[in-house]
Amino acid sequence: MPEAGAELNTADNPLQPFDRREHDLIAAVQRGQHELFYELVKPYEKRVYAAAFAILRNEPDAEDTSQEAMLKALANIRQFRAEARFSTWLIQITVNEALMRRRRGRTIVMEGIDDHRSSRAGEEGDYAPRDFADWREIPSEVLERKEVRQRLAQALDSLDLKYREVFVLRDMEHMNIQETAEALGISVASVKTRLLRARLMLRDLLAAGWEQGWFSRLPFEKGNKPW
Amino acid sequence: MVSGENVNCEQVWREISNYVDGDLDPSSRAAMDEHIRTCARCASVLAGTQNVVKLYGDERMLEVPAGFGLRLEKRLARTAQKTSRWLTWEAWLIPVAAMVLLIGAFKLTDRALFHPPAKSILAVPGHDIPPDMQVVISDGSKVFHVAGCPFIHDKSTERTITAKEAMQQGYVPCSRCLRKYLTAGITGHLKVMANDDDDDNDNGETLSVGSVTR
Repeated sequence: MPEAGAELNTADNPLQPFDRREHDLIAAVQRGQHELFYELVKPYEKRVYAAAFAILRNEPDAEDTSQEAMLKALANIRQFRAEARFSTWLIQITVNEALMRRRRGRTIVMEGIDDHRSSRAGEEGDYAPRDFADWREIPSEVLERKEVRQRLAQALDSLDLKYREVFVLRDMEHMNIQETAEALGISVASVKTRLLRARLMLRDLLAAGWEQGWFSRLPFEKGNKPW
Repeated sequence: MVSGENVNCEQVWREISNYVDGDLDPSSRAAMDEHIRTCARCASVLAGTQNVVKLYGDERMLEVPAGFGLRLEKRLARTAQKTSRWLTWEAWLIPVAAMVLLIGAFKLTDRALFHPPAKSILAVPGHDIPPDMQVVISDGSKVFHVAGCPFIHDKSTERTITAKEAMQQGYVPCSRCLRKYLTAGITGHLKVMANDDDDDNDNGETLSVGSVTR
């Protein structure tokens, strides 16, 4: 069965089916069919929430901000131009909303446990990895376990805000470096520096997590550590 | 950027993020590859960083609170309903009609309150009145007269201005002393009134302005 709305596109349209469907939905909402908006944003609701939570670290605030961001996107849907990906545009609105809410002081942001270490080293200072065990690839199947996902989320939460927000946008939202810089209003160089530090700090936390049994009862547990 | 043969561990750690992202020029990448092949510490750093990127980049790491989607859908639906309501022309009928009525009512009120109609059918604008003609006005009346008209109200406050100024200020010509400048439409009525006036003014007083007719 052909995709709904696919007939609106010509054969030489280079868009993939998903993009084409999204393109048609955007056009329909821009024409006033607002009831289709949820269908348009549904694939991104988790990413929107993750972006808000990375900045606010508070579930009720993150949810409220996500909703506000979606409403704002709906109100401004006519301003969306296809130069950017719709998901990027949506995440940028969410980041702006979350940053504004944080500035207004409507939420109490719990700072990460790594604040002291981060500030001592300074953003421009090099971060030296602590653990040099023989890492192996951790199979993504471990993520089937809720406990593992929670442990990883806790490790992420422990990062200082400036590293966490860059890491979430870049590595979890899959925005590129430029988009991340624009969304957060920082330079590309800062994004790269913070991303490096975030990744290395999380690597050390994961290594420590192994010692605490985060990944126990995994297929490779017997005999071999993942490093 | 790392260079050729002099790559050390610190340089590798500094560029490991760019390495994982494939954001290095070929020569730098080759130099790092060479170093990592022979350095267990840097191989560990690379493997660990790749694990981090892979695990956190997995869709399963994006979790929302229970019922999040449903609550979002409901809120969007409420808003969509409200906004869509104003997108049809029928939806604007009532507000536009109300606005038209409101404006009409305002205009009527404005006219009634601030531009009250003349109280008497005699209080009508004149025509062909020489604008520079000197006329007399006084307090307590919006009628202007020629000098000496016996019907000037409150003579103690009378003052002289031009007919043009008087009309600009809302004064109308006196139906007695300036009768000939009144519109033809009320002439018949004025004649009747004038006859009454004749009866009233049988004191033989004659106005000094020759243009006054009776």
